[in-house]
Parts: sequence; C-alpha cells; structure tokens
Amino acid sequence: MSREVAPLSDPGLPDHVHRKADTDPIAEKKAERQVALFFAFSALGTILFIYSYLFIHHDLFIFIPILGSTNAHQLFLGLGLTCSLLFIGMGAVHWAKYLMPDNEVIAHRHEFRSPENERADFIATVKEGAAASGLGRRSIIKRSLALSMGLVGLSPLLLLRDLGPLPEKQLETTSWKTGTRLVTDPGNRPIKPADLEVGAVAQVLPELVEGQERILNNIGKDAVLLIRLRPEEFQLSPERLSWTHEGIIAFSKICSHMGCAVALYEQQTKHLLCPCHQSTFDVPRAAKVIFGPAARPLPQLAITLDSEGYLIAKQPFTEPVGPSFWERSS
Amino acid sequence: MSTGEKALGSVANYVDERTGAAAWMKKNLNKVFPDHWSFMLGEVTLYSFIILLLSGTFLTFWFDPSQREVLYEGEYQPLNGLKMSAAYASTLHISFDIRGGLLMRQIHHWAALLFMAAMIAHLLRIFFTGAFRKPREFNWIIGVGLVTLGIVEGFLGYSLPDDLLSGTGIRIAEAILQAIPVVGTYLAFFAFGGAFPGEAFIPRIFTVHVLLLPGIFLALITVHLMLVWYQKHTQFPGPGRTEKNVVGYSLMPIYMAKAGGFFFIVFGVTAFLSTVASINPIWLYGPYTPGQISAGSQPDWYMGWLDGLVRMSPPIETHAFGHTISWNILIPGLIVPGILFTGMALYPFIESWLTGDKREHHLLDRPRNVPNRTALGAMSLTFIVVTVINGGNDIIATNFSLTINQIMWASRIGIFVLPPLAFVITKRLCLSLQRADRDLVLHGKESGTLLRLPHGEFVEVHQPLNAHETFALTQHEQKPALVLPTFDDHGVKRPRAMLNKWRTRMSSAVSEQIQKPTPDDMKEIEHH
Repeated sequence: MSREVAPLSDPGLPDHVHRKADTDPIAEKKAERQVALFFAFSALGTILFIYSYLFIHHDLFIFIPILGSTNAHQLFLGLGLTCSLLFIGMGAVHWAKYLMPDNEVIAHRHEFRSPENERADFIATVKEGAAASGLGRRSIIKRSLALSMGLVGLSPLLLLRDLGPLPEKQLETTSWKTGTRLVTDPGNRPIKPADLEVGAVAQVLPELVEGQERILNNIGKDAVLLIRLRPEEFQLSPERLSWTHEGIIAFSKICSHMGCAVALYEQQTKHLLCPCHQSTFDVPRAAKVIFGPAARPLPQLAITLDSEGYLIAKQPFTEPVGPSFWERSS
Repeated sequence: MSTGEKALGSVANYVDERTGAAAWMKKNLNKVFPDHWSFMLGEVTLYSFIILLLSGTFLTFWFDPSQREVLYEGEYQPLNGLKMSAAYASTLHISFDIRGGLLMRQIHHWAALLFMAAMIAHLLRIFFTGAFRKPREFNWIIGVGLVTLGIVEGFLGYSLPDDLLSGTGIRIAEAILQAIPVVGTYLAFFAFGGAFPGEAFIPRIFTVHVLLLPGIFLALITVHLMLVWYQKHTQFPGPGRTEKNVVGYSLMPIYMAKAGGFFFIVFGVTAFLSTVASINPIWLYGPYTPGQISAGSQPDWYMGWLDGLVRMSPPIETHAFGHTISWNILIPGLIVPGILFTGMALYPFIESWLTGDKREHHLLDRPRNVPNRTALGAMSLTFIVVTVINGGNDIIATNFSLTINQIMWASRIGIFVLPPLAFVITKRLCLSLQRADRDLVLHGKESGTLLRLPHGEFVEVHQPLNAHETFALTQHEQKPALVLPTFDDHGVKRPRAMLNKWRTRMSSAVSEQIQKPTPDDMKEIEHH
C-alpha cells in the first residue's frame, strides 16, 4: 500500500463545499421565506407583549401543565418579550448561515514587533525625552517629586475618614444590664420560667426603656436564645451553672463565627446549629463548639428572677458577642 | 442595485465626507474573524452585560436604595403592615405593582448569573487552548480583573433588596472585613457608617453597584475588545491556518448578522428563563433583621466556592497580647482567594518562564497537546468543585440523606486529595489521547471492513487518513524541555543554582509528550 502523506507540510484549506441554497434557486427561496417567517414571529411576539401589558389583568391565574397555576399577566408578558427578541436573532443568524456568502476569507497578520530601526528610534526618543527632563541629574527634583506623589494620595484617603465613627467599645457592649428583663421577640412580653416547657426554645430581647425604639443595630447584638433543659442534663462549671435558672440557659443568638443568627435548635441532641456555616454548639456544655468553623462558644448570659418572678439578666455579657475582631482580648 | 443598498451607500458617502474614514472603515468592515462555537462564550458575556445595563437602568427608576424604616402597605398581602427598609419595600413595589417589573427583576438576576457563567466558561476556553500566550497576556489580566469585579458586582447587586437572605450575606461580608488584623474593625465601621447593620450600607453599595463598578466594567471591556480587534482573534490550527494568517468570515455582513442576531438570541433566552423560572423571590424571605435567618441560606452560585471554603475551615483563632486573629475567616475568606486569583493572573508569565517560549502565538493549542497545562486546569477546577459542593452541604445533606458532618469531612479531605489526583489523571488522559492520535495517523482509522486472509486469519482493514486530517493531528509543536547548564556559554557559573534546577525540573514536566509521527515514520509505513 502506498500513499502520499506529508505530516509536516500544510495541504492548505480544504475545498469549499457549496450549500444547497447556493446552487438551487428553490432552496434559496425556501431559506429566504424561513428568514421572513422568523421576523414575522418576532412581530407577533411584540403584539403579544403589548396585549398582555394592556389587557391581561395582573391577578389572573391560569393552569399551565408543568408550571402549575401561573400568573397569566406575567407569563404572557414574558413569552411575548421572549418571542419578539428570540425570533429576530434566529432570523438574522439563519440569514447569515444560509443566504450570505460563506466563502472563507484569509487575512494576514502583521507582526506586532516593529522593524528594528523603528524600535531603535523609539527607544532613542524615550531616552532623549528622559534626558531632556534631566530627571536623572536633578536628584532634588526627583526626591521632592517622589515625596509629593507619595503624599498626594493621602488627601482623598483622609476624605473617607468620615464614612463612619470609630468603633470605640461598640462591639464589646450590648443593651443587657444587670436587672434587664428578658422579653419575647416578637411581643415584648416579660417571661416567667413557667412559660417555657422543658425542651422549649425562645428568642428574647432586652426590655425597652420607656420611649426607646427597637433598632436593628441593637437586635444584632442583643438577640438571645432561651433554652430549657432538665437541670441534671447540664455539664457546667459551678459558676456557669449559677448563671442558669431552673434548667433555663441563655446564649447570645449571634454566631461567634460570622454573626449569623444561630437559629436551628435540635431538641434530641440539644445542639444549636448555625445555618450559615454549620457551626454546631452543644447546649448542655455551655455551647461548646463541637463541629464547624466557629472557634468560640456562644457567649452565655447569666439570668435569674426579679421580685415579681420574671426572668432578668443577672449581669451584662462578660465577653463581646458576635464575630471576632482584632481588638477582642479573649 | 436596490434602494436599500443605494441608501447605505449614500450614508457611507456622507460619513466619509465628514470624517475621511473611508479607508479605515473599509479595512474594519472587511475584518476577518475565525469561526468556532467556543468563541461565542465571550460574546454571551458581552451581551449579558448589555442586558444587565438595560434591565438595571429600568430597575433604578423605582428602587429606593435606603435603609430608612417604612411600614409596608402594598399589593403583597402577607407582608402588609410590616416594618421594613425602603429598599425592601420598593423591591416589593417593583415586583407587584409595576407592570413588567417582576420580569425585569428576573431578567436582571438571570442575566447576572449568565454573565458570570459565560465569563467563567470563556476564561476556561482561553486557558485550556493557550489563548493567553504572548501577545495576549494583558488581555488575560484584564479578564481576571473582570471576573473578580463580576463576583463583587453580583454580590452587591443581590444584597441591595435588603431581604432576610441578602442581609445575612452582608452580615458575613462584614465579619470578613472585621477579621482583617489591625484595621478590620475600623474598615467595617467606615464601610457601614458605624455598627452593623446601620443605615448607610445599602445607599453606599447602590452607588458602587450602579455607577462605580459598571463604569470600570465599561472601560475594561472596551480595552479588552479593542485588544481583540487590534491583535486579531486566535484560531484553531488546521490545514491552511498558520501563525501568519486568519481564516474566517468578514465582519460585514456575516458577523454583523450573526453577532447582532446572537445578541437577540441571548436576550430572548434570558427573557424565557425569566418568564418560566422564578429566581430570588425576595417576598418569600421577608425583610432583614439580624436576629432571624432561614435554613438553607445559600449565596448565588459564583460565591458558592467562597462560602464552601469558609464552611470547611477548621476552628482556629489566635488570642495573644489582647488581640484576636481569626484564621478560620482569614484563610478561607481572604488568603486562599488571594493566592488563587494572583496565581491565575500571573499564569501566562509562569508558563512562558517554564517553557522559555517568548514567541507570539496565534494558533490555539488542542488541550491534549499541552498535558501539563490541561492537568493544572483540571486540578484548579476540581478544587473549586469541592468547595462549591461544600458550599451547598446543607442542601446536599437534606436531598441525599447524608449528614452535614459527612460532607464537611469529605470536603476537608477531598480539598487536599482530589485536586492532585485530578492533575495526575488528566495528564495521563492527555498523553493517552496523544498516543491515540499517533496511532490514528500511523495506522489509519477503522473502516469496519473485515478481511479474511487465505490462511483463515481475520484482519480489519484500516483506512489511511487524508492529508488534511493527518496535518490537523500532527501540526502541533513539541518543544524540548529547557536546558540550563550550570555554566553558560562564556564559562561563567549561572547565579541562583537552586532556582534554575527547579525551573529545569518543572520545564521537563511541562514538556512531557508522546512523540508525534515524524516524516520518517510516515515514509516507513508507506513501504508496508
């Protein structure tokens, strides 16, 4: 068997294969009609869009298989827009593919690198310019310019200073004071131990002082979860045990990892789980981290009863709540 | 000549008499672009960007970027009488009261997802075919910048409605800022105008989202496209295609019709998706409050890798000298992404340093012919896939009856084991494919015809490839590894011996190939 194959010599572009529409007038006419049909569909789409916008009521629901009960206004508005756009595109592409010339054209590339003499000229010009400025010789100008350029950026940077106040102690304090009543969220009702059954969980906030509004900044630091276990289930140090009351234990609801609300309590395992990054805290062991990226337990709030039998904070949080920050000392 | 042609002719005449642009216009209207389906990926990105500008402008007419508290009294009954931010209330207003408003919101969000997806697919195409090589390194860097900005822009965009889900995302972003050593707390307070959440953040990111970043996008995209135009598009190798030419179709009329039409197709498909597939139904999430959250909180897909990294991070913090460093946030949130994106931006320079190749390249590589690069790409992709899977570990756990712990541990181990494994497997696959190409050239393709020889043996007749096919499989270059002798030509010892040793070792790994058929091989089989 013999054949002529030269793997390293380029045989050149393959022969051009004509399309049917190039040679057959009937096929050409057909392709032309198809393009026109696409454009006509687009026009119909626009009409559907206008009709839906003006005449289909926004409360009309219809049943469409697969989609189910669907808002007709939204559906036909969308389908109208879809058709008006899609068919213009399909018409244009069909036109280009079947009717416009499909001969491949060869263009030549120019080399990006300039001829040697031009390059030399260019480099010489740059050098001349640099020499003319005398930057190399006048070192005092060079240094003072460097100084001014280095400093000029400081003004716009400083202008950003008033974007916000300094942090001060804001991250380290909450609204919880000694004796602050725990109130339900929502509802703002004070809570008695009897309101919580064993296994129950409740979100609480500090009671508002007269005339004070509940703002999000405070919720972001003050939100607390109350959980009631059987007292014998706790595995706490004597100090931490004294922070609980009749099996009720209180933790900051703001995750010690990145500040999400730790909202998922699993009654069986007594685990608290943060839905953001799955840090898992063991409630009987003072919210010790047993899984996930959080590095610290949720801060525990010491609680007790006031003279009327309502739950109150025994003392403020003893550590900052929420995610870590540079100035945090523990 | 039809009247339309005449009219266009007089427009051309009118323009030239006032600008003298005839020669320049003629050259550019005849500009040749090569054709390949993968060259559309960048186009999809560009068109989604235009869709984003159009739909985004529409949304700004009603969106109120304010965290001022308002009482909602509108069309959507379940939230009636609730306190919420003006941003959230106005998003509800756009969704329920403005005709076409919901459609536009959906188009904006779908276009954003498509924008990122097309951009990443485009980036992968550029990477795996070596289109980033000289002279296109700058365009690669611009591209990496666009991906980075795209992630930020997308995040800011879906944060604007101030719903419970997006507010949670902002909370996490704030925690990342706050974790930066020394200045973090200050940065967070400056960004939020005080403690989280404050009332300043949404108005501020609104300006960044609709003005600052789109402006930068427009500038970078313009430069990106001008460079493509000026440097001419790369092309896949094949008979008749060389480093010195471009084979394809001219801009006018072919690409005007095709690309112009394709814009409408992309827009139409986005509109269709937005019609039938609900996305970001913020009315179901409710307004943001820091004390609440919903289970299954997930970011948009292009943030998933970052979330997955944060989730799998071990619980490490350092407390010393009255200060805290949160490694569990810094490493996954800033350090690893920083290394990934810096490495990606520098890759063209690293590769050319390892191969010693400083020439211009306009012909693309078939991925199999550059096994090391392809393997590196597969390795990076595997890394990202593991992080994305872990980013959805809660969703996967509920849908596949697994525990979060199992998925988390699988990811923690997988992130170290799977990427190197992907590298080795991909490299071997590439070499096998090269071997298959070699066999194909030397022995021809299977014809399906069986031949019974006189002594009873069956053989299959192989059909030799034609010249075009043979050329396509053998045109690629196989460069030998770099050799850096200890002493250079002048007998002087090279400095940095350790670095050179490492460089030659890496270079020999990069140039590992299956020898392609030579002209001698071909001659030999001719005599069979």
